[in-house]
Amino acid sequence: MERDAIDRVLGPPDSLWSGAVERSAVDDHVAYGGFRSSQERRHLLLPALHAVQSDVGWVSHGALNYISERVPVSPAEAFGVATFYDLIATEERPARVAHICDDIACKAAGIDDVLADLTERLGESGTTIGSGMWRRSPCLGQCEKGSAAFVQVAGGDDVSVAPVSVDQVIEILSVDEPTSHVTPTSPVIGTSLLNIDTASLESFQNEGGYTALSRALALGPDRILDDITASGLRGRGGAAFPAGIKWNAVANETGTKYVICNADESEPGTFKDRVLMESNPFGLIEALTIAGYAVGASTGYIYIRGEYPIAHSRLSSALDSARQAGFLGADVAQGGFAFDIELRKGAGAYICGEETALFNSIEGFRGEPRQKPPFPTQAGLFGRPTLVNNVESLMNVPAIVLNGGEAFAAIGTEESKGPKLFCLSGNVGRPGVYEVPFGATTRDLIDLAGGIDGDLGAILIGGAAGAFITENDLDLPLTFEDTRAHNIGLGSGVVLVFNTDTNMDDIVARIAEFFAEESCGLCVPCRAGTVRQKETLIRLRTGGTDTATELNLLSDLDHVLREASICGLGQAASAAVQSAISIGLIGEPA
Amino acid sequence: MIESPVEMPASLIDITIDGRSVAVSEGATILEACATIDVEVPTLCYLETLTPFNSCRVCVVEVEGSRNLVPACSREITPGMEISTESARVQGIRKTVYELLASTVDMSLVDEPTKQAMARYNVDPDRWGTWARQHRDVKIEDDLYIRDYDKCIMCYRCVAACGPDAQNTFAIDVAGRGLSSTIATEFDIALPDSACVYCGNCVGVCPTGALMFTSEFRMREAGTWNETEQHVTTTICSFCGIGCNLELHVQDNRIVKVTSPLDHSVTSGHLCIKGRFGYSYVQSEDA
Ligand SMILES: Cc1cc2nc3c(=O)[nH]c(=O)nc-3n(C[C@H](O)[C@H](O)[C@H](O)COP(=O)(O)O)c2cc1C
Ligand code: SF4
Ligand code: SF4
Ligand code: SF4
Ligand code: FES
Ligand code: FES
Repeated sequence: MERDAIDRVLGPPDSLWSGAVERSAVDDHVAYGGFRSSQERRHLLLPALHAVQSDVGWVSHGALNYISERVPVSPAEAFGVATFYDLIATEERPARVAHICDDIACKAAGIDDVLADLTERLGESGTTIGSGMWRRSPCLGQCEKGSAAFVQVAGGDDVSVAPVSVDQVIEILSVDEPTSHVTPTSPVIGTSLLNIDTASLESFQNEGGYTALSRALALGPDRILDDITASGLRGRGGAAFPAGIKWNAVANETGTKYVICNADESEPGTFKDRVLMESNPFGLIEALTIAGYAVGASTGYIYIRGEYPIAHSRLSSALDSARQAGFLGADVAQGGFAFDIELRKGAGAYICGEETALFNSIEGFRGEPRQKPPFPTQAGLFGRPTLVNNVESLMNVPAIVLNGGEAFAAIGTEESKGPKLFCLSGNVGRPGVYEVPFGATTRDLIDLAGGIDGDLGAILIGGAAGAFITENDLDLPLTFEDTRAHNIGLGSGVVLVFNTDTNMDDIVARIAEFFAEESCGLCVPCRAGTVRQKETLIRLRTGGTDTATELNLLSDLDHVLREASICGLGQAASAAVQSAISIGLIGEPA
Repeated sequence: MIESPVEMPASLIDITIDGRSVAVSEGATILEACATIDVEVPTLCYLETLTPFNSCRVCVVEVEGSRNLVPACSREITPGMEISTESARVQGIRKTVYELLASTVDMSLVDEPTKQAMARYNVDPDRWGTWARQHRDVKIEDDLYIRDYDKCIMCYRCVAACGPDAQNTFAIDVAGRGLSSTIATEFDIALPDSACVYCGNCVGVCPTGALMFTSEFRMREAGTWNETEQHVTTTICSFCGIGCNLELHVQDNRIVKVTSPLDHSVTSGHLCIKGRFGYSYVQSEDA
């Protein structure tokens, strides 16, 4: 059974590969940031691990050895990769594992009571009961639902259940057939996405789908690049980098290039990309195809987090339909351009959303970031020039191509162009994804979402890597320039509202815990610093130690994390904690 | 491939280090540039014979115009770069980095320069408490070397030495994530059952004593290890015709450890099982 799963990914064993424990020659050495040699089939390592996990529920020593032999890769390296991911188990697990979110938005919505009830009835997180088990999970990207479960089902399809009740968890863990208690996705305001039947290419085309690709093919790459530059589009994945600069940089390189859609969306409080992919999978495929055409890439990847089964299956079937209809393949839309897209699934690791870690993950290495420079536009996936864009960034591309860059730039403010999706969750009337022209304030967004439930305590802007604001900042426009001037980041568009009933010590502690658990462990400031930050916060809460001393330690951690961490995870790991202290949410002498 | 017999001189780049102007060859790292004018920058994970992994961050320096500090061991110089190697900002960060390390692992056997740096920056690991310290038993699985991961700082040197930088055996790698990650074989099986060929190259590059020749480990346990009484004899390995340089560390007329010089053109410090551990045969013949 394990072998069948592996052979499905790696093909049947033949004389060439089976038993080939010899390392492949160093000739296919690819020069890039890391020091590892690359092997031809190493990028199939994670898909092979996924296949065994999905069929059997865990990866045994025997299965790992067989994978190692077949890829080929050394068993120690394969083990290093398998143990990097939360969704790949190397110890036996029951057939059904329900990962239940205990992260910040769900906490605001009261998940702690549900989990207490669950613990009483099924035991602690990680206890096997019959053929099932539940585990605490970081944010599952379903924050607008207020509670969420992602269930891994060995031998069946994984399911997402949100919102979720204790009874449902118990039912899912004990019944045989995978049930799909799937709530329809929230509407995206201001778009016609709701009218699209996600399973039908025809329906997508009836709503104007693929007209942007036709126009792109008529315009040619140079004019598309000019439009992207003129649009002023900045990345929506958190770093706010101008898309035009990246697209041109990759277009100017020669040889094999790649385009990647970053759909790893794991920032607590963020769920816009999930909603976009669930409601308009063809739209994303069209946008990525245009990107590939504009920069001269013939292969694209969509790297989607492993906890999004609905978006994954819709994208997967949309890719098949697009391929059949000739919108992907050797001659895309008869425009004389070859392009295809591979869908790759993450396996539970927030860090894999960092673009260079994402490359390593696709290539079959541990999802650790690489040092920059070189930048992805110079040496990215497989050492080749690579364009990485967030789902939402790409979803703006068809409109830019159809209406021109200037029309897009007319929307929004001086430095923040176009529409922006915000993820409203926590204690608001109608949590969901809201699309507004840049320039809207936090107050506008909260009003759109039906106002605050209860009295306002604090608002988290930008996610776990973001910062808290209070009542005083409600009229701050949520643009790149205004948030920067206020020393907070817009991040991925999170607006998470906490009322005065929420225990903010808990929320800040959960954020610190998130970073400690998601640190890849490569560099010392983040590997040890995130854990020390978590511990210091616990001491601060429990009391009995000197508050000033603890705050001093937190400040030292803040410096070392920001100044000396390799990547954005460590560099942002203290931001929310420090902002909570600065506005008096935590750390005040009791 | 035809290699040019004459090395083209690399062009020089003007930079400033701690206020002093220097011209350094293009392509040099900040660390190499500092070395040309004897400015010392502490390092820990870096080893000249391995690809920098820049994991430890004790080598960070301040570069004018850069938001964050940059690792000297791996960052290449650029024209006009202004570098401060000992600003208050740099010193503060180095202090915390060493403290974070020393409060999580046992650094009692690190090299002298590291000990001196830790003293210079007033490193006080105790102020962090010891919650995050993990305890793992010393792995003694054979007579050749031991693994004591309580001393491991996760510098990745052994992984690089076992993998593509030297040995190409890939017997060990990092497993797990974050602070609970560790160096391991697959499923943490014992070394004799793994792909390990006992070249000892991982031991040769380990900066903390986490990997140690069993001979040394036993003598330390017995309290008989005494480096001041050891002398080093350089010889050429006689097991095959390659001509690896061996440094035999001798105490009380017994070979207690075999190393190879990092700058030796043949070995770059790496050996095979025969050169590294073959001395036990020499000694048993003697006895
Ligand atoms: C720890 C970490 C996690 C990240 N996760 C994501 C993610 O899930 N999705 C995303 O689009 N960008 C993420 N990013 C940002 C990416 O590195 C990259 O900047 C982005 O994908 C570029 O696309 P954009 O320019 O369209 O925003 C993350 C960055 C860091 C440091
Ligand atoms: S900052 Fe954290 S996540 Fe990033 S490389 Fe360092 S340890 Fe890994
Ligand atoms: S002794 Fe050699 S083969 Fe064995 S783990 Fe160390 S470097 Fe790898
Ligand atoms: S065992 Fe030694 S060489 Fe290997 S990572 Fe740990 S400290 Fe570094
Ligand atoms: S799904 Fe629970 S916080 Fe996002
Ligand atoms: S010596 Fe430079 S990062 Fe370790």
